[in-house]
Amino acid sequence: MTAPPIAAPESIPDARRPPGPALVFENVSIAFEGRDVLDGISFQLPHGETKAIFGVAGSGKSTILKLALGLIKPDDGRIWVLGSEVTAMTEEDLFALRRRIGMVFQESALFDSLTVRENVAFRLLEEGDVTEEEVEEPVREVLSFVELEPTIDLFPSELSGGMRRRVAIARAIIAHPEVLLYDSPTGGLDPVTSTTIIELIVKQRDVSKTSALMVTHRLQDAFMMATHYFDIKTGALKELPPGQRGEVPMSFLILRDGKIIFDGDLRELANCADPYIREYIS
Amino acid sequence: MEFISPTEFAKEKIQAVQEFSLLAGRSISNLFRTPRYLADTIQQADLIGVGSLPIVAGAGFSIGAALALNSANTLQRFGSLSLLGQLVSLGMVRELGPVLTGLMVAGRNASGMASELGSMMVTEQIDAMRALGTDPLKKLVTPRLVSTVVMLFFLTILADLFGLLGGAAFSVLAFGINWHQYWSKAQQVLVFQDVLMGLTKPVLFGFIIAAVGCYYGMSARGGTQGVGRATTQSVVVSSLLIIVVDLFATRLLMTLFAYH
Repeated sequence: MTAPPIAAPESIPDARRPPGPALVFENVSIAFEGRDVLDGISFQLPHGETKAIFGVAGSGKSTILKLALGLIKPDDGRIWVLGSEVTAMTEEDLFALRRRIGMVFQESALFDSLTVRENVAFRLLEEGDVTEEEVEEPVREVLSFVELEPTIDLFPSELSGGMRRRVAIARAIIAHPEVLLYDSPTGGLDPVTSTTIIELIVKQRDVSKTSALMVTHRLQDAFMMATHYFDIKTGALKELPPGQRGEVPMSFLILRDGKIIFDGDLRELANCADPYIREYIS
Repeated sequence: MEFISPTEFAKEKIQAVQEFSLLAGRSISNLFRTPRYLADTIQQADLIGVGSLPIVAGAGFSIGAALALNSANTLQRFGSLSLLGQLVSLGMVRELGPVLTGLMVAGRNASGMASELGSMMVTEQIDAMRALGTDPLKKLVTPRLVSTVVMLFFLTILADLFGLLGGAAFSVLAFGINWHQYWSKAQQVLVFQDVLMGLTKPVLFGFIIAAVGCYYGMSARGGTQGVGRATTQSVVVSSLLIIVVDLFATRLLMTLFAYH
């Protein structure tokens, strides 16, 4: 897969990146109340790539993200994130690894008794011996990235659903994570707000080169991500020329009955002959 | 209503005990690990201690007065009304002060902890905290545990004092007992073991209140209904545990302190 026609500094120099893919699932299985949700799935997420995960409701999409973070343990199989085997780590060791990963939850999961400023600054204040004054600048910077600086003193309950989702993205990216996990970032939002969120995700992918897993129900979002890139010069999304569509670090993964039935890029998806996938993408 | 097999029921209960023990154990071991959330602990101490002060003082005064009224009736029959100060003092310091304060704080704070943590649990805020690299047990449970134990200790002292004041007020006003006589009798009867017993219990009760409240909060499932259930269970279980542990603690402490 070739790089998009953009020139941007990489957030993580190659030398600092652990060797191998950003994330690896190997024969991972998990069952809830006797029902197999994931049945021996294996896939990899290369560094700098965003992988969109599709599947019907209850197919285990969100479970994949929680497994990657070590929030839940699989019944079987192994998972590596940034070179560390999540499935073999204790909860105490996982806290250090999780500081290198950002997660945007389905319902944002903002701390409702904290202001936007405190929510976004949470990770920085927890991580190091820094004062609230010292984190003010990065907080404002990241809120300006998601275009929400004026809301800094508001509480999550005073924000719209789309704004909450953008604050959640700001909270996830403030510490420049090496991997981002998005759980239905556009779920339940209107088309205009959804496009704004997708722009932010593409911006994060193309500017910071962050590896990401994105769970979504909206195929059009993933197609938009595969056919657009973020142009730093103009500060906006631009569509790739027809011949270059899909030539961004973007791939698709489709789940069905606990198994992966497709894992590939836009061209492979477009040429896939599987009747279920054809129906799914039509 | 769904019926479950006795084996499943037993398994669930044993698992709950195991999870509770793990939560309580890890919360204690976190005292010796960094980071320590001093600001959160002080905030909780303010909520639990200062917030509970009026109800503990009011309840202590009333129960002390009621104890004096009830005891006076019996003592009058034997012409020993002057012993009223002794009776109120022993009753309050050894038993009623710690148990009453424990029950009042359990009703107010175990429910508060269960509902607050339960709401955070069902809205994925606890998962978000873990995802952000922060241990919820260190950040949320340990500060509540420490502040409840410390504040219940001091609240019990205040409840004892207000109980004695309530007893004194009614002894003087209703039965014409001399104020100084009441206080000197109340003070004379107390020995070191009484005070030690009365102040050991709130440490145990404080631990029960915070651990049970946090456990039910952190195990809340099933939306607002689940939070409501967790809140109710936390009050019921912590109150019951306080009463049961009080019985065993009294027996154990009496043996340890060589009571006759």
